[in-house]
Amino acid sequence: MRAIGCEAIATAVEKMCREANCVLPQDTEQALGKALKQERSPLGRDILEQCLLNAKIAGTQKMPVCQDTGLAVFFIKQGREVEIKGGPLHDAINKGVASACGKGYLRASCVDDPVFNRKNTGNNVPAIIHIEQVPGSRLEINYMPKGGGAENTSRLAMLKPSDGQQCVISFVSEAVIQAGANPCPPTVVGVGIGGNFERCALLAKKALIWPVGKANPNKKYDRLEKKILKAINASGLGPQGLGGTVSCLGVHIEHEPCHMSSLPVAVNINCHAHRHQTVVL
Amino acid sequence: MKAKKISLPLGGAEASRLKSGDRVLVSGELFTARDAVHQKFHKLLTAGGKLPIDLKGQTLFYAGPAPAPRGKVIGSIGPTTSGRMDVYTPLLLAKAGLKAMIGKGRRSPEVIEAIKKHQAVYFAATGGAAALLAQTVVRAEPVLFPELGPEAVLKLTVKDLPAVVAVDCRGRDVYEEGPKKYRKL
Repeated sequence: MRAIGCEAIATAVEKMCREANCVLPQDTEQALGKALKQERSPLGRDILEQCLLNAKIAGTQKMPVCQDTGLAVFFIKQGREVEIKGGPLHDAINKGVASACGKGYLRASCVDDPVFNRKNTGNNVPAIIHIEQVPGSRLEINYMPKGGGAENTSRLAMLKPSDGQQCVISFVSEAVIQAGANPCPPTVVGVGIGGNFERCALLAKKALIWPVGKANPNKKYDRLEKKILKAINASGLGPQGLGGTVSCLGVHIEHEPCHMSSLPVAVNINCHAHRHQTVVL
Repeated sequence: MKAKKISLPLGGAEASRLKSGDRVLVSGELFTARDAVHQKFHKLLTAGGKLPIDLKGQTLFYAGPAPAPRGKVIGSIGPTTSGRMDVYTPLLLAKAGLKAMIGKGRRSPEVIEAIKKHQAVYFAATGGAAALLAQTVVRAEPVLFPELGPEAVLKLTVKDLPAVVAVDCRGRDVYEEGPKKYRKL
């Protein structure tokens, strides 16, 4: 067994939360640069230029790219030979998130009760944490700050097996088109297909971890991603939904086996400020 | 397409010259207010009460900034989704005399009707360009509800904040007309 201390995990999480919020990852910046070349609307290009300049300012002044520094979402791969010392893994991650919120001047966006109290917890805790056991002795931490505006436009449908590919394309593209300007286009679209009701939603979120525009290793799903992307970009939504040719930077699908009577599809949208970071301990 | 410079509080003549789709650079004073504050204001107005700040002729910016680091006027700040304020907006326009709003995303038909009726203007700023927009804030002063944290009301002085006229006082909507030009469905 390999021991990893809670302190080391909290420190790594604090660092990645601060960095990921202030430094737009290379894949996102490149996707925005490519969008600027492709965009035909002058207003759309103006907005994309603002986004790219914003990334520069955020990086140099160490300010968050977006004021919505999100709920902190973690996908963790814990090697079976890794033993967490000094407390539960969840506590170590939440400690890092709270510390980043304070020291990194990130916005506290989490409220304690969804219906009644809605009091801000003040430190962006609790984080949303998904842990998967994998072979090996490494601890891989994927972090994604997920803003509320984009998250609110998520959709899920339990399609029929007879609906097939065409319905998947129209359900996903319509969800993104109906979301309009709210998730801050050009968006990155995570799609979960298969599993069951709750698994499908998780797959859609997990699909957002892929670097923007990276081809799906499964050729059939790669083609499906491209068809959905084309359908979204045909909407004319454009940057910020004000009109244009680039409405979406990339579509990523995660798929899994499902029940013989189901075809679950979930859509989780992320904004153009698509922030994510991975560290391995 | 050159941006027009406009100043707040927005006068009636200036408001009527603005057209949906125009790019503008906004300067002057405005208040931040988002979900929790709108709910409070709406409750007060519905009960026949007065608002703790005078919104007559004023502009609301739907925004909750990140905390200001030491030595900075404000942290990153940008528009949140305006649609969540839609249920409260017609009353703010009618009873409180609100003149302009800055946010992002579509408004309901009821809000657009109220914008026309009260000759108001709805601007869209770029969501997710919050470090850039923070550079346009020259002063920030807490005004109401500090207990709401990032949702508290701040009075901001902005200089050349870039925005687009989303709904003009004739009710024309850039979210309707902008995408039409590029639609290939």
